[in-house]
Amino acid sequence: MKADPKAVDTGIHFIDGNEACAEGAIAAGCRFVSGYPITPSTEIVEHLAKRFPKIGGLFIQMEDEIASSIAFQGAIWGGQKSMSVSSGPGISLQMEHVGLAAMTETPCVFVNVQRGGPSTGLPTLPAQQDVMQARWGSHGDYEVIALAPNSPQECFNRIITAFDYSEKYRAPVFFLMDECVGHMLGKVKIPPADQIELVERKMTTRKPGEYLPYRIYDGDVPEMTRAGLGHNVHITGLTHDERGYPAMNAETQDVLVRRLCNKILHHVDEISIYDASQVEGSDVTVISYGMTARVAAYAVETARGQGIKVGNVRLVTLWPFNDKLIRDIVDNSKAIIVAEMNLGQMVHEVERAARDKVPVHLLGNAGGAIIPPEAFIAKIKEVVS
Amino acid sequence: MSDAPRNPVEKLLRTERMPHIWCPGCGIGTSVNCFARAIEQADIPYDKLHVVSGIGCSGRVAGYVNVDSFHTTHGRAIAFATGLSLSRPSAKVVVYSGDGDLFAIGGNHFIHAARRNIDMTVICINNFTYGMTGGQVTPTTPLTAKASTSPYGNFEDSFNLPNLAEACGAVYVARWTIYHVRQLTRAMTKALSTKGFSFLEVLAPCPTLYQRRNKLGDGVAMVQFFKDHSTIKNGASTSEVGLGFQSDMIVGEFVDRQRPTFMDNYNARMKEVLGDSFVPFEGIK
Repeated sequence: MKADPKAVDTGIHFIDGNEACAEGAIAAGCRFVSGYPITPSTEIVEHLAKRFPKIGGLFIQMEDEIASSIAFQGAIWGGQKSMSVSSGPGISLQMEHVGLAAMTETPCVFVNVQRGGPSTGLPTLPAQQDVMQARWGSHGDYEVIALAPNSPQECFNRIITAFDYSEKYRAPVFFLMDECVGHMLGKVKIPPADQIELVERKMTTRKPGEYLPYRIYDGDVPEMTRAGLGHNVHITGLTHDERGYPAMNAETQDVLVRRLCNKILHHVDEISIYDASQVEGSDVTVISYGMTARVAAYAVETARGQGIKVGNVRLVTLWPFNDKLIRDIVDNSKAIIVAEMNLGQMVHEVERAARDKVPVHLLGNAGGAIIPPEAFIAKIKEVVS
Repeated sequence: MSDAPRNPVEKLLRTERMPHIWCPGCGIGTSVNCFARAIEQADIPYDKLHVVSGIGCSGRVAGYVNVDSFHTTHGRAIAFATGLSLSRPSAKVVVYSGDGDLFAIGGNHFIHAARRNIDMTVICINNFTYGMTGGQVTPTTPLTAKASTSPYGNFEDSFNLPNLAEACGAVYVARWTIYHVRQLTRAMTKALSTKGFSFLEVLAPCPTLYQRRNKLGDGVAMVQFFKDHSTIKNGASTSEVGLGFQSDMIVGEFVDRQRPTFMDNYNARMKEVLGDSFVPFEGIK
């Protein structure tokens, strides 16, 4: 399926990451957004409030973040492609509905333009402290997908990927921007609509009476329907059988929850997006994501210029975590530095996957500022020596 | 399946899910019976009717009606229904839930959906308690009534729901009890046929928890009480219909007015400001 030429703003633009995210969502076919103002994400919904009335979309500013994180799920079950936009404190309120989306297999995107926390924290300053929240924030066992862009262009490109993944796997997808990426101005090339390929929702073609909303007909993701097609489905956040009916027992729970997890975990290779350079034979490899990866790129180049063998890995897909990638780094590099704007989140995943085979170091801060290149270079030198 | 005549409301029900979870004497099932008849009378095709519930005993209604139905999170049924209603302009969206769900945890969504005049019907089964969790106090529990979390009697003032709904902008507001099945069915039919935000309060017995704790007898006793202590007063001022503990109650149709809906206002404003560059949101027909 191609993007809609009447809506895509084809051309070369000089815009920030937030606006690029909004334009990417439009290109992805998103025509309904429920939001609530919160720094530093607000420009996304402001842009959509301006753009949507001209392209047949609808933005509604809800009464709070909780409402915005479920109103859009109502719209999705009405047939829309949709996302919700927020930041730290709002995302904390929305977590119950991440769980609802996981349980009901609602294809949706949660945008989180990260700021410093905990609590109200640093509304206008960047952080990458919500990485574990994205993974574990709602109660119960479930899996999400999370992508971290590092430029306005990537905000455009990867929000489309986020929508594609949500449709393909029928799961909540986090789009983990940060304040720096959201407010960073840059060149964004928006291609013609016919060059933007989109993943279509896997709608059932089965007639009423021959369709069960949670039966697996093929693959590991059920076919979707929407309200009004005569399927008369029941959709619930309770543990449910393949008819969608509540079933309060351990057996149904086991079948359902394992499937919700495995439909993601069995496709890590397809979901995982990363860049890797010069890992083989390196004395140390830097792993980073989002804004921090931009600093890492500069620091690694500088260190290489000084004759240090440094590998560089940038993660775009944060969840599901790619263990195989880390094992590959461990086999080809003598040490790892994980750089992130937090006091240690992804580093725990890297340590787990590295299994003590090489030393894993954290280069982090408590949020509020990017990690400067000098700190990177000093850390690289310290680890290598 | 035998050839015996079926109950006329059966086709609205997911009979394969019977027996339901509601206690003997509970009023929720009676209200669903009225609802099924109202859908027939309002002549709404089942694929144009979507039912959304929150959490609780009344929140289970969505699971028993044989239409596209959504059992959402606690208190958030109206917020979900807002998105669903906007994206399905040709359908009627009904929120069916209880007093605790709609007016404690969900109160904020109720007032804003009414203010926006979102096209939906909200049916509140008011049994004065949280049934599913064992009979705790709610925002509608009358003063002095006992609940498991107000063991010495409730000391908080309760909501007057019709008054709240009117103040927030609902275009149709009525209250009936489970005794008044015909009037309730007619009110539901009217609400289903009304464009905009309509609200129905349905007073219902909870013999297992609310009544047992307050020594008010069984389900039949409460229906008898509703019969003996209710006065029909259509058009009554909603400021005068507040409820006390086992007080007399005013029932009837209180508000019936017209206001532009959320989408009416959106379309008018955008057309005025953007002119021909406005592209209306069509939703999915």
